[in-house]
Parts: sequence; structure tokens; C-alpha cells
Amino acid sequence: MDRPKVVKYTPPECVEDYPLGAFQAGHLVQKNAGWRVFRPVIDHDKCIGCLRCFLVCPDGVIDKSGEKLEIDYDFCKGCGVCAYECKVNAIRMVKEGEEADE
Amino acid sequence: MSKKIFVSGDEAVAEAVRLAKPHVISAYPITPQTVAVERISDFVEDGTLKAEYLHVESEHSAMSAAMGAAAVGARTFTATSSQGLLYMSEVLPYVSGARFPIVMMNANRTLATPWALLSDHRDSLSQLDSGWIQVYCEDAQETLDMILQAYRISEDPRVMAPMMVNLDGFVLTHTYEMVELPAQAEVDAFLPAYTTINRMDLDDPKTVCYAAMNDYMEFHMKQELDMRKVPSVIEEVDRLYGDKFGRYYDGMVEQYLCDDAEVVLVTLGSVTGTARVVVDAMRKEGHKVGLVKLRYMRPFPREEILDIASRVRAIGVLDKDISVGYEGIVFTNVNSTVADLETSPGRINFIGGLGGRNISKENTRGMFNELLELARGEKKEKIQFVNARCEYHG
Repeated sequence: MDRPKVVKYTPPECVEDYPLGAFQAGHLVQKNAGWRVFRPVIDHDKCIGCLRCFLVCPDGVIDKSGEKLEIDYDFCKGCGVCAYECKVNAIRMVKEGEEADE
Repeated sequence: MSKKIFVSGDEAVAEAVRLAKPHVISAYPITPQTVAVERISDFVEDGTLKAEYLHVESEHSAMSAAMGAAAVGARTFTATSSQGLLYMSEVLPYVSGARFPIVMMNANRTLATPWALLSDHRDSLSQLDSGWIQVYCEDAQETLDMILQAYRISEDPRVMAPMMVNLDGFVLTHTYEMVELPAQAEVDAFLPAYTTINRMDLDDPKTVCYAAMNDYMEFHMKQELDMRKVPSVIEEVDRLYGDKFGRYYDGMVEQYLCDDAEVVLVTLGSVTGTARVVVDAMRKEGHKVGLVKLRYMRPFPREEILDIASRVRAIGVLDKDISVGYEGIVFTNVNSTVADLETSPGRINFIGGLGGRNISKENTRGMFNELLELARGEKKEKIQFVNARCEYHG
């Protein structure tokens, strides 16, 4: 995954040490997926690797660096755009807390 | 060499902007600001100002576009008035919080409803809490000078805050006067090219307007603590400007014959000119009256007001605005400062000039008389309307 790593955040000791305006990009201090209700699950038998989901994901959480596509559930908000756009129905939305039936 | 030109306030703004060489101008026309952005557009067209001129579809877009340009490190300019400023209102704290030194001209004009075109200060004073520096000008020369000073102040690394340069609609924007136009080389020496680390950069990727959920408060504490240091930068730039161009404005506040004054009147903007004449006349008659030209509303000149208030027996505040349900906005600000004194002078809030209602020399003399009587121990109404057309009953 190319996403910057979540770093441990220590607040500055003095207000003066806070940044003025712009700050380095990709400074992630917490995971951000707590409100997801449905998670997308990829069926790798059906996936043809067209990368349509990779292109449309609004949060850039689909990782194509490995052999198979992977979803970063630490940041996926569960919007379902990937499942909606998949032309071969390889992505299903599964309610959190429930198993994805194979 | 500087030269003398005969221009309106709007044209003086345009001339100053040309001298300041912003990279990007985004503006939407609104009376009485329009002439300023039309002239700037002429300058871009004839090549005497090399800048991107963005024709946007609204004031909200004008400020948003200026912010986008500022985010890549550009020097920017925009201008508005009245309802246009209020339409921009959403973007103003975005800009100040992101610490972008955008300079904006605001032609002070009243707010609807009822509809009116002429000048009062209800528009800009409604935006006091937006995190912008606010200066008010007395004439076209001061406006030109303040546009140039505004860039120098805003872009100072100790400041990094946007600045609104206010001039009264029509009274200043549409009247003509002789103005001294500084030479470009002199301005270039006074106002170096803008450089900042607070910008997007391909070699050092940055993010602006990030979420800072748990640190939000500290960011704004920093903004406030930095703003408290701005008065000293304003004084410094005023001295520097005066040394170079020969015109000093006394920084945060101009005190006119206040040293031995028993009563003073606090004014903002062009009405100061009228009050000056009245003070001169009343001084000749032996009245110890003085004038406090409040130049900056944000940051507020706390120290200066405290100093003046500790010396006089009565202070009048002339508000060309009203916070309906309470009192004039300038009065509220002056009052909260004066409250720090152990014994406060008497105070009267004069509400006048709404919708451009004239404030004459006679009206101003009337205000001073009220203050002198208050200083002699007479009882006075705390909030008084000036030059109303009919009787009113509080």
C-alpha cells in the first residue's frame, strides 16, 4: 500500500510550535473508517483486474501493488462506489459484523 | 520620482494595486467598488500590470479563487462591498485560518433591507470576527498608501493574516482628489517579492485546510497570539513607509489635539475629515476638544484607547453602524477596553450616517457639545441618533 503510514501523534508542547497554515501532506495520525456500515469484499475468482474500482474509489483505498487487489479497511468508508461500478460483480457489500459467505 | 495624479478613491486603489504587482486578481463588480476592478482590468489589458485577471461569477468565488491562488504562493488582490462582502463571508475565516495574506479593498456600503447604495460601516463591522486585519481610510491618498502597506503588513512572516482596506463608498470611491503616486522603483524597494513556506509545493507536498479535530483550539490560539503582535508590525511599517514616502499615519490610532483634551470623539473613515474641521473651529473658541481617528478595528488598539480614556472626562463614539438590539459596534469595542480603567470617563454612543445620512459640521459640533455637557456633570442619553429626520422616543 502506497498510503502514508499512520504515525504516532504527540501534540506540540507550545502553541508556537503549531504549523502556520500549510503542513506536510500525508500526515496521518489516526485511522478513519469508524462509521463504515457495509464493507466491500472482493471475489478474486471473479475479478478480472480491470482496475475500474481502483480508479473510482474516492478515498484511494484500493491497493494494486500486490498480485491481487486489496482494500485498506483502515480508511475505507464503505460508500460502495466500487461495488456499484464493478462490471463483473466481483465486489459485494457485506454488513459489518457479518461474515462474507463464500 | 513620484507624481501627482487627480483620481477617485477607486482609481487610487487600482493605481496602488498596479504598483503592488499581485500575480492574481479575482473580483466581481459591485457598486461602489466597480470602478476599481475595471481600472485594474484596464491595466492588465494594456500590459502595465502583468497578472492573471479572473472573471468570476460571484464574490464567494472571488474570495475562493484568491485563496486558491494564495495557496500556491501568489500575491493576490480582490475587492468588494456591502452584500458582496457578506456573500464572501463564508470564505473569510477559511483564508485567515489558513494564514493567507490576501489583500482586499472593501468599499463601505450599507446593507439591505431597505435597499440603499450609500456608505456606512455595517458591512465590514459585521465581519470583525473573521480573523482579518481591518483598516479604515480617511481619503484617497491614505487608501492608496494603505493598499501598499497592507501587502507589507499581511505578508510579514510574523503576521501572515489577510487584510481588508476599507474606504467609504461614494464619499471616497467616487470623489476626486490630488493623490501622490509613488514611483515603481521606490515601491519595489518597500515591498519585496512575496515568498512563503505556507504554500503548495510539488517538491515538498503540503496540505492546506486539513482537519485538525483535536488541535483546532490550539491553531486558533496561535492565530490570536500572533494577531496580538500585529500592532507593533503596523507601527513599524507605518514608520518605514513614512520614512520612504513622507506620509505617516500614526499606526493604530491618530490622536488629533488629544494631549490636553477634556472630551474626545472617536471616528472611523472619511467622517474624520469633517470632525477635524470642527475640532479646529471649537479649539479657536477655547473648547478643549480632541479627535481620535480609529484606524484599525482588528487588531483593536487597546493600549492607545486605554491611554486616551485615562486622560479625558468624556469619550464619544460615532458609529456609522448599529448592532440592532444593543448599540454601535465600535462603541462596544471601545467600552470593553475602557472598562479596564478604575474610573472610566463618561461615554456617549452617537449612531449616525446610516445608509449614507449626512453627518454635517453642525451635527459634529452638536456631539462635542453633548460631550462637554456630560463632562460638566449633566445627565445624557447613552445612545443618541444623529441627524434623524424625525423625533424618536427610546
